[in-house]
Amino acid sequence: MSQINLGTCAPNTWCPGCGNFAILNAVKAVLGELNAEGLPLENIVLVSGIGCHAKIVDYVNVNSFYSIHGRATPAAEGIKLADPKVKVIVFAGDGDAYGEGIEHLIFAAKRNIDITMIIHNNRVYGLTTGQYTPTSPLGFKGRSTPAGTIEPPLNPLEVMLASGATFLGRGTSHGIDLLKKLFKEAIKHKGFSLVDVLQVCVTYYNMYEYYDKRVYGLKDHNPQDYVQALSKIREWDYNSDSPIALGAFYKKEAPSFEEKFSEPGTPAQDRDTKINDFLKGKI
Amino acid sequence: MNDFSILIGGKAGFGIDKSGAVIGGLLNRLGLAVYIYRDYPSIIRGGHTFSIIRASKERIASHRNKADFILALNQDTFNLHKDRLKESSVIIYDSDSVKLEGLSDKVRSIGVPIAKIIKEEGAGEIMRNSCIIGAFVKAAGIKWELLEDIFRKEFTKEIQLNLNSGRRGYDEAKELTKIEAVSQESLPLVSGNQAVALGLVKAGLNTYISYPMTPTSPILHYLAEIADDFGLKVIHPESEIGVILMALGFSYMGKKVAMGTSGGGFCLMTEGLSFSGMSELPIVIVMGQRPGPSTGLPTYSTQTELHFVLSAGQGEFCRFIVAPGDTEEAYFWSAQALNLSWKYQIPSIILTDKNLGEGIFNFDINSVPDIKEEAPLLWDRKSPYKRYLNTENGVSPLAFVPEKETIIKVNSYEHDESGITTEEPVLSALMLEKRLRKEKHLQEELEKFNTVKTYGNKDCQIALLCWGSNKGVCVEAAQGLGLKVIQPLVLSPFPEKQFQEALKGVKKLICVENNATGQLSRLLKISGFNVNEQILKYDGRPFSVDELEERIRGMVK
Repeated sequence: MSQINLGTCAPNTWCPGCGNFAILNAVKAVLGELNAEGLPLENIVLVSGIGCHAKIVDYVNVNSFYSIHGRATPAAEGIKLADPKVKVIVFAGDGDAYGEGIEHLIFAAKRNIDITMIIHNNRVYGLTTGQYTPTSPLGFKGRSTPAGTIEPPLNPLEVMLASGATFLGRGTSHGIDLLKKLFKEAIKHKGFSLVDVLQVCVTYYNMYEYYDKRVYGLKDHNPQDYVQALSKIREWDYNSDSPIALGAFYKKEAPSFEEKFSEPGTPAQDRDTKINDFLKGKI
Repeated sequence: MNDFSILIGGKAGFGIDKSGAVIGGLLNRLGLAVYIYRDYPSIIRGGHTFSIIRASKERIASHRNKADFILALNQDTFNLHKDRLKESSVIIYDSDSVKLEGLSDKVRSIGVPIAKIIKEEGAGEIMRNSCIIGAFVKAAGIKWELLEDIFRKEFTKEIQLNLNSGRRGYDEAKELTKIEAVSQESLPLVSGNQAVALGLVKAGLNTYISYPMTPTSPILHYLAEIADDFGLKVIHPESEIGVILMALGFSYMGKKVAMGTSGGGFCLMTEGLSFSGMSELPIVIVMGQRPGPSTGLPTYSTQTELHFVLSAGQGEFCRFIVAPGDTEEAYFWSAQALNLSWKYQIPSIILTDKNLGEGIFNFDINSVPDIKEEAPLLWDRKSPYKRYLNTENGVSPLAFVPEKETIIKVNSYEHDESGITTEEPVLSALMLEKRLRKEKHLQEELEKFNTVKTYGNKDCQIALLCWGSNKGVCVEAAQGLGLKVIQPLVLSPFPEKQFQEALKGVKKLICVENNATGQLSRLLKISGFNVNEQILKYDGRPFSVDELEERIRGMVK
């Protein structure tokens, strides 16, 4: 275990029992382990959106980029493209990544850019006090839908698989050991990785008991097999009461976006010559 | 012929743009100054497209109503533009498809059976333009060899077929006039967009990110083409929201980054712009104006986004806005926009429009003041690092990831000096003041620059006031009428001192703008300056010199 202190002086304002604590503790532990294995902490950038989840960047004493709602993903892509040796870990909520910012998420997966998305999927808007999200079940009674939602949820892992993500996993905030394992694997994976964490909001949508009854760890599953991955991802559609598989669903080696860019940098002198050459051609 | 214009027109897909470049190149080689106005609809095939190529001994940046030559590749060109013909004009037309009904007997015409020639030469439809240009060259008394040279430069494929078609056109026509060469050095012909791109590159641009949108897509295309050569990263993401957030990511990592868009795309960027203001991440946006509201007239020009860029984004934050009026200013100020953005850690907006961006002008790089790539204020590595250290001028030293044992936190929330979220009232006010303080220092720095320019008869009590692409037409009209011209280049922070200086002795101020509500006049009111008269045009087309002169005459009898 890590001996380094990754805490900050920021007071923690999550509700007692919030599923975010499990994510925070798992991430700190994984960063400590990765650091002990040789990853310099200064080479890590944490990115977050806006929502309860996002406070995590205030609580971890590592470089961070506290973005705006729905827009953690493109900022993370910019950071990665600017310096491919930096490890970029993105925290986003379900309203954030699967709602307002899903366009970016789909494109990041399509590009297979080497960033890790950790989705705090509590299936409710917390910070805005209890409205339905893209993964709330049909009939969810939120403050904007008092009679229950009339639209079914989307299955984010299915969307991500179709979009080209090369690592997909799911854990819960009641299983910190699995979270640590998945986070570490996702961060080490070269390419676009996403871990959907069924993170429980104790105040607006307490699902601890519901999940505890239904979750099981993937066994005899070959994550390299797309068809198997798809079938396991489809087993639970975030709506029905079927069993909920946890673990790594999919893992594929593929070239990543940032490695396709050549390293820029033309010295100023060279630039002047080239500008003049261009202008000569315009006479 | 000291000052003349050639109009070439046809359908979209006829290669009208290329024809403009060839004719402009020809005249430029003869030592004449050249300006090309490009008018095209928002379609790929069909419609009516035309270019006006104006040449003169003097530098010019505007067009005239009348044409000395019309090269009509289709009937529309004749029908829509025949009123531009003077008694001394020449019309060259495709006799296989154009009928000159109602043409004055005094106008000379040359009919060329272009369809037939193209067929005989086995050339493509698109080479009809080469044929008509050949005829023009002969009619204008220009040597065939010069055209051959320009063809070889402008056409990369099927050069022989273009030459053959051009030669047939040349042989078909007769010499009707003689455009004489002028013994002065030819200056490069570039678009305003290219000048912006070169300015950014000059000041050390590392990355350009853009979602295609007229009229700034040519910057994206041009930089993508030269990316490898200049060591640039050029990225076209999923949307303008993706663009600006990606740019902020690059900026956080210390990479000089710029974006290009137009009003609609800028709408999507405003939340990111405000984020730049709060997080103090420097970014540069090239905002090429086109008429709205909404999709409006996508391929035409306007000056309607001044107040939009001045106030876009929630909250109060400092921004630098500059509106260059020609290629030299576009080059110089694009470079400065990048420099100042990094020096003060603020967003910079280069406000252009379709007329400047896609118009073709001469460019004299030697007349541009010296530009240096400036290094931003960097952390001295002595005291513990705080990204938002509260300093006297509000500018905090920068450090970039990866920096050993250093934590660099940026935040869209209000934050303390180390970048951690705060909602504490005293600290919140303090940090807001820190950010706003930068504006005063930026304003002082801008005193070093020529932020308000004057032209024409500087003793005249009547002055035209203009900004952006209207500079060229205003300077020329003022010259003819003996008036003064005042052109503020920097629009935020507004250079009140220099503007006051420029106003000295002026009794009547006439503001010329391409919008319907007088946006610059409104901005000036905030600083207590009053405009006496307004000349507004809002049909998407630029003022011609004649049109502007006439409207001014109505006001200054």
